[in-house]
Amino acid sequence: MTELTTVEQILERKSHPVVRDASIAPTDDMHERLLELEAKGEIVLQRIKGDYVEFPTKYGRMKKIPIEHTWHHKSCGHCGHIPGYASSILWLHRQFNLDYHDPTDQTSCTGWNYYASAASNAVGQAAVMSRNFAAAYETGYFPLIHCGTSFGHYKEIREQLVHHKDLRDDVRRILDKMGKPLVIPEEIVHYSEWVYAMRDRFKERQLVDMSAITATVHPACHYYKIVAEDAIYDPEIYGGQRTAVVTALLEKLGVNVADYSTWFDCCGFGFRHVLVQRDFTRSYAVLRKIETMINEANPDLTVTHDTGCVTTLDKSQFAAKAHDRKVGVPVLSDAQVAALAMGAHPFRVVQFHWHSTDWRPFLTKLGIDWQKYWDEFQGDLDQIRAGTKSGITWQDADTPIKLQSN
Amino acid sequence: MPTTQENWNPGKAVDRHPEATYEEKERLFLEVKNDTRYEDFLYGCYECGICVSACPSARFYDFSPRVIAQAMAREDVERIYDIITEDIWNCAQCFSCVRCPRQNNPGGLVTILREVSLKNGLQESKDALQGYSRVIYKVMLKGNQVSPDMLQPDFFPDWGPWVQNFTQNMHVWRKAIPMDSIRGLTDVAWRTDRKTLLELYTIWFESGNMDIIKELDESLYDLLTDVMNEELEEG
Repeated sequence: MTELTTVEQILERKSHPVVRDASIAPTDDMHERLLELEAKGEIVLQRIKGDYVEFPTKYGRMKKIPIEHTWHHKSCGHCGHIPGYASSILWLHRQFNLDYHDPTDQTSCTGWNYYASAASNAVGQAAVMSRNFAAAYETGYFPLIHCGTSFGHYKEIREQLVHHKDLRDDVRRILDKMGKPLVIPEEIVHYSEWVYAMRDRFKERQLVDMSAITATVHPACHYYKIVAEDAIYDPEIYGGQRTAVVTALLEKLGVNVADYSTWFDCCGFGFRHVLVQRDFTRSYAVLRKIETMINEANPDLTVTHDTGCVTTLDKSQFAAKAHDRKVGVPVLSDAQVAALAMGAHPFRVVQFHWHSTDWRPFLTKLGIDWQKYWDEFQGDLDQIRAGTKSGITWQDADTPIKLQSN
Repeated sequence: MPTTQENWNPGKAVDRHPEATYEEKERLFLEVKNDTRYEDFLYGCYECGICVSACPSARFYDFSPRVIAQAMAREDVERIYDIITEDIWNCAQCFSCVRCPRQNNPGGLVTILREVSLKNGLQESKDALQGYSRVIYKVMLKGNQVSPDMLQPDFFPDWGPWVQNFTQNMHVWRKAIPMDSIRGLTDVAWRTDRKTLLELYTIWFESGNMDIIKELDESLYDLLTDVMNEELEEG
């Protein structure tokens, strides 16, 4: 007779890291389907050129992450409202002289609009993705997706294209009008996976001691919930029970990563809600995320890896002060934290001034004299206003700051 | 195709929307069911409620991804009409619900329901998207969802004095960004080539996307088609 499992047995089982076996994965391997379609001449399969690193995904399959020769598929929210997010990603590439391409023939994935309004359809969305991928293929650079929603949306569209011939035919008909082939990259890669792959090299060049910092991590829903099997997992991070990106970087940089009970909850972005119905967004971001983090971990910082999450968690905190809620946790992306650790200028590169929750105590705790760098940045702005400087360039921003302790 | 009226349907919802005929409600459901993605998104429902426990909207609204999956699986036409007119715009589209042990995708079902609602010009959807047209205009015409100049104090008063400070400094702050593709731009997120935008307009026309916009907002449709056609004719 089978005996009931005891609590002790469950706890013992959960104390071991999850070991994934790709041979018994519950889903088909997308790579095999893509190869079949390529062999039939239905798609052009873009392969990674140059160095790449492989990491296990949720069910133990390996995913290739390119190190350079990347086509930077930018994010609307980064470039429009949090530009230090995008510039930190590129700054990190530049520190290692990694070849990249910042294209102007890229459009938004338009996924934010689609999830907000549904004012599009499967063919339109697949054609937008395929046009962008064809544009990357024409340059020879491999797409690196900055936005979590673009990443999740494209993975879902890839599934639809693979499984539905009528959709492929519709998209090909549209692409033919532009003289573009139907291209699907062999991997759809999120920038935070590149950050994860580069974390040891960031550590080697770390200038700012982060050991005094306690941070919470908000994993972005569209990174690991949409086509969940394609996210990176590591037995050494939460026993392989949660995605490893972001957390692995912070641990590598010496940050104390603190857990909290609502880690799985979304940020409250809501796509439509954040633009036209923010009572939901504000309430959710504060009550389910920020306040829970403060109550359970009291972090100096919360770190995430998507456009909407940074915006929502950061900007939602102001109004909650009127209701005496516990708020005041600055929000950054993993790329911004990595850049800051390597001495990126807080304003020329990380662009803290686009963030609204008070970040000054965090920088002070890191030993960064934010006033000094703010004054320096104000000098830049004065020159721009006076017309003696057209703007900040990489020449102004590339060199790491000189900390007193360096 | 058998009509859903013939199906065994215990617990069928009462008719809360007599303004629409059963035949009309059934037609809308069949449009949802005939979507290519429908069978990828619905496999049945254990009623375990895991999707509800993960759902942010379920915490703040009278909203349940379980009810959506249940109603769809039972082809409960009346309940589905309730959902399409009352519930779909509460979904946050985070896809936390896809942790479903039956591999359902209630968020994906909501996406299809929203599309069908818009294509059929349901007033409830037009109401839910009031004030959103400027975003659709931006993304379809400029190829970016958001831009710095959308951050106006009137639209974002709850973001505090930061927005006021930003609008006063927007032009100079935008010049103080090291990326060439962004620097100095205020009406778009990044610089996009004209040829690329013409290709985007081609996608909107060829994919049937403009038909959806016409049902949603005729004046927005007229504006978009005028501008895009003029640009496409210039080549």
